[in-house]
Amino acid sequence: MAAPIPPVLAEAPARLTWQRLRHNKALLAGGAILLLIILVALLAPWLSPHDPYFQDLTHRTAPPVWYDKGTWLHPLGTDQLGRDYMSRLFYGARISLLIGASVALISGLIGTALGMAAGYFGGRIDMVVSFLVTTRLSMPVILVALATVAIVGGSLWVVIMVLGLLKWDRFAVVMRSATQQVRSLEYVSAAQAAGASTWRIVRSEVLPNVVPHLIVIATLEAASAILLEAALSFLGLGVQPPLPSWGLMISEAKAYMFFSFWLIAIPGSALALLIFAINLAGDGLHQWLTPEDKA
Amino acid sequence: MSVSDIVLDVQDLRVDIDTPRGPVHAVRGVSFQVRRGETLCLVGESGCGKSMTSLAIMGLLPRAARRGTTRLAVLGEDLSRAGRRRINTLRGNKMAMIFQEPMTALNPAYNIGEQLAEHYRHHRRASAAQARERAVELLEKVGIASAGQRLGQYPHQLSGGLRQRVMIAMALMCGPELLIADEPSTALDVTIQAQILRLLADLQAELGIAMVLITHDLGVVARIARQVAVMYAGQIVEQGPVAELFAAPRHPYTEGLLACIPVPGRTPPGTPLGTIPGVVPALTGELRGCAFHDRCRHAQPLCRQEVPVHQAPPGRQWRCIREAT
Repeated sequence: MAAPIPPVLAEAPARLTWQRLRHNKALLAGGAILLLIILVALLAPWLSPHDPYFQDLTHRTAPPVWYDKGTWLHPLGTDQLGRDYMSRLFYGARISLLIGASVALISGLIGTALGMAAGYFGGRIDMVVSFLVTTRLSMPVILVALATVAIVGGSLWVVIMVLGLLKWDRFAVVMRSATQQVRSLEYVSAAQAAGASTWRIVRSEVLPNVVPHLIVIATLEAASAILLEAALSFLGLGVQPPLPSWGLMISEAKAYMFFSFWLIAIPGSALALLIFAINLAGDGLHQWLTPEDKA
Repeated sequence: MSVSDIVLDVQDLRVDIDTPRGPVHAVRGVSFQVRRGETLCLVGESGCGKSMTSLAIMGLLPRAARRGTTRLAVLGEDLSRAGRRRINTLRGNKMAMIFQEPMTALNPAYNIGEQLAEHYRHHRRASAAQARERAVELLEKVGIASAGQRLGQYPHQLSGGLRQRVMIAMALMCGPELLIADEPSTALDVTIQAQILRLLADLQAELGIAMVLITHDLGVVARIARQVAVMYAGQIVEQGPVAELFAAPRHPYTEGLLACIPVPGRTPPGTPLGTIPGVVPALTGELRGCAFHDRCRHAQPLCRQEVPVHQAPPGRQWRCIREAT
């Protein structure tokens, strides 16, 4: 028997994880902003000063509190129908987050399943998936959304389904190449040699090692879905009034932008901040989760 | 020795790999047997089909490769006729494999304990506590101190030698009867190589398993094997007990290989080491006669014909037109 090797034990994993988290400024900053927006969305009924649907035509386009004529009654002013802008902004966060999360979930499921199947099995399955991806890429999202809305009418759920069923392409492409990479590593052969079935290998050997890529794509896609919803709503094809979507708020305000600039500036900034936070957190998560630099 | 002692029985194993330029005959009719408690070393230079042979036995060939065999039996059960489910039950349970590259053979997403336990729990339907106990036992057996603490560590926290020890422990978790080690020490530095090979030899003797060790290091062979099979161009050109084969090689290729090793005290300093002129022939297309004839100094026109396999006691075989050296 060989001589026992003296152990050189690293720090406790929990502490290591916390240290890494503390040095990950992107994840901390992005996560903090994102958490704040999520809290605002969840607590909208309690945080909002007014009913977001209540119209007060005598107080239309009242300016926010930092303008001369602003009052604390409507801290962010009111819109063209006299609805409290802060309340609408808070409720609008719910729509944006709901769209981002559910589109990332639906398209993530489709894209990951297709991409991993293509990457793992290769051959004919890979050909079929690659064909599906190119077919999907040849269809412009806005055009398909336009046609769908023209047929079934626009609503929040139509937007989620259309975007969810269209935006899986990047998931599929990235998951395919990530799976190909992992599949050729020896621990997959080792698992086969240990008698693991294909399903077990895909689930417990390959999937945990492609999750970092998955998370990055999910954040990018969530951000892009939120922007697309805003664009669709701006065009009148997305969420329908009087729902307070940020894109719809920009759209409704565009006629007033020369006289009441805050009407587009406020939802626009909120949108930009949300996208920024999601991308920052996604980058940070990727750094944090990539197994190679865990040490 | 009775027939029931034969753990691995390979008869006429062939592996063809499809390429755009036609099939490559990577393994061409390899036959050997490994008995319980015995180590067979497969030696040969790069590309001679050693690894393909081991992958073919485990059923891990790449997609483009096709396996053909008249018999490939583990513990009397013919794998070439078994279903996929049955093979998955045997793999990891009765037969296990150790890979060349310890850096990528462990999954970076799990800690050592999880990886050791996973397949054991799957095959044995054992509880987490039982699997943990078994993992600690085996880590101690492969010479890892404070095994209990090691279980929580991730592969990146371990050195190459430690990872290879973990791989060996993982292969032994279910108590396999056949262990295939594909160059288990090649990726490690020299001092660790010796430790790992000694460990493998000790474990093999202690547990009485049948081992197929693939290597291109003849020094390793001399130390731990009982049987040697020398492979060249997809064929076994010579096999037999290690002492006899080293003392009196019958095939010119074996002779050439042995001449390449410097022997301390016997090879004078400054003298060039032996080399074998020429390169391994391409294995595409129809191949006839001895694959070594264009590099062989005993070559005759007869070598281009079918080459007979000679046999001599004790269990020696060689594939050459010459009866003896």
